[in-house]
Amino acid sequence: MTDIYVSHNNTLSSLGFTSESVVKNIHNEVSGLQYIDDQSILPEPFYTSLIPTEKLNQEFNHLNPQKTYTRLEKMMITSLSKVIASSNVDLNNRVGLIISTTKGNIDALDNNNPFPEERAYLSELGKQIKDFFNFKNDAIVVSNACVSGILAVAIAKRYIEQGVYDHVFIASGDVITEFILSGFNSFQALSNAPCRPYDAHRTGINIGEVSASVLVTKESKNLPDETVRIIGEGSCNDANHISGPSRTGEGLYRSIQSAFSQTTISVNNIDFISAHGTATLFNDEMEALAFNRMALGQVPLNSLKGYFGHSLGASGLVETIVGMHSLKNNTLYKSLGFESLGVTKPINIIKQTTEKTLQTFLKTASGFGGCNTAVIFQKIY
Amino acid sequence: MNTDFYIKSYCRIKDNTVSLNDSVLFNDASKSFIDFIKSAYKNQNTKYPKFFKMDNLSKLAFLAADVLLKNENLKLENDNNIAIVFSNRASSLDTDRKHQESIQNKESYYPSPAVFVYTLPNICIGEISIKYKLYSENSFFIFDNFNASHLLTYSNSLLSSNKAHEVLCGWVEFDGENNYEAFLYLVSKTGTIKHTEQNIITLYNT
Repeated sequence: MTDIYVSHNNTLSSLGFTSESVVKNIHNEVSGLQYIDDQSILPEPFYTSLIPTEKLNQEFNHLNPQKTYTRLEKMMITSLSKVIASSNVDLNNRVGLIISTTKGNIDALDNNNPFPEERAYLSELGKQIKDFFNFKNDAIVVSNACVSGILAVAIAKRYIEQGVYDHVFIASGDVITEFILSGFNSFQALSNAPCRPYDAHRTGINIGEVSASVLVTKESKNLPDETVRIIGEGSCNDANHISGPSRTGEGLYRSIQSAFSQTTISVNNIDFISAHGTATLFNDEMEALAFNRMALGQVPLNSLKGYFGHSLGASGLVETIVGMHSLKNNTLYKSLGFESLGVTKPINIIKQTTEKTLQTFLKTASGFGGCNTAVIFQKIY
Repeated sequence: MNTDFYIKSYCRIKDNTVSLNDSVLFNDASKSFIDFIKSAYKNQNTKYPKFFKMDNLSKLAFLAADVLLKNENLKLENDNNIAIVFSNRASSLDTDRKHQESIQNKESYYPSPAVFVYTLPNICIGEISIKYKLYSENSFFIFDNFNASHLLTYSNSLLSSNKAHEVLCGWVEFDGENNYEAFLYLVSKTGTIKHTEQNIITLYNT
């Protein structure tokens, strides 16, 4: 079977506009979360992380846009442009484009938004990104709740394996909107403090804004040092509840099993887990159950939600990128916001950023609709 | 490559008509989608109270999947590894508009979790997975139009890598009362219609 890699990458977030600067801030335990009290967005104060608008516009304008673009399009285009430039890949008919988002330009539904409602169609978002860069193929838009970002990596691998593409660029992102905040708030899922994944005192999610992009490729030349090989992937449903995670971790457990079934490694070879860890009571508990069922309870684990919140369609991808840099830097990054274990099964949360020789990590995510995805990555240099 | 897969059965719900393998199962002259889908549900003897809580997209996708899977006589105590790969143009916009309405005016602000949960297109996949105990691969794609080539590639990938034994695949679109369509088909290792792009397009267009 052909080796398939996740290689060139970019992260646009409150912690920086390159993956390196974001990872450096994570290394220094800097959080991009901020307190917002603005009743025009949400009746109650909340925490979020936002991409700085002025810098976004500045960087975007360097790309010489010929018309107006939405905030999300600016985020995705700015991030993706950096990955296309560093990869040097010619955008011919062997190159695919995947867009990972949960809600796209959903703010276009708001009566006060200057863009027409049609802009809220996700295929329209795909077209804007495709046309900006002159991709030859139409964008494949993946909208599978909170697993979209990591599922997009598995999908890119599958398209390459089927011989459809040699390279696939993935652009991901969601914007912070009243639409999303009011919805999560109606579920009473938002925390009014910085989120604390797996902690005994966790009180819920912070939603954050990130756009992350990568190149998935079968080409083994001109790859950056943080490149990883995708050695296994799987995505399984809980078949249990549309908005609550499984009480047994069934779908996540099966996703991890499915990913392992494509590899020759055992659970002992996993150096760390980049988990989902939204900091809701039920999600974190479910993950602890699933990891224990897989005998992964001792493996060092982090959730990166304490650094930029839950970035929805981008979360699985940005967390993969940080994981890649973690392997390159041989460093386990602290799971920010964690103090004492608040799940019923033992899991090994990373309390201190620590240097350690690393080869392999497992990335997982879970979301509404009962979806779960697990992907195993191994470093190549 | 991958010519060993077949389209085992297919179902369509469109223009107040439910059909399975192009025999009409149900048709009525309901004025609204809501009335039509309720009568179709009763006619198909579906008996699943959760159906009434679903949004329009989920009702449509659920009923189409139910018509196909009922026909399979699955034993739910067995692990039926049937992946679900759906696509459409409008994502969950029908419900998105309802959630937006509930927050548009601060004077009448009433966001509801029962509505918000359906503002994701893959929720309908969750509904089907729950009913049929499918702990399987699932993905929702958005395309401008019915895209046989992508559905073919992705289903073949799941089948040839043994991620799934069968794939429930197709198009479920709900973009307002007069713009709805479900076309689902089951891809399997047995059957008579070869799983090719041309055959998918032909079935979709007939």
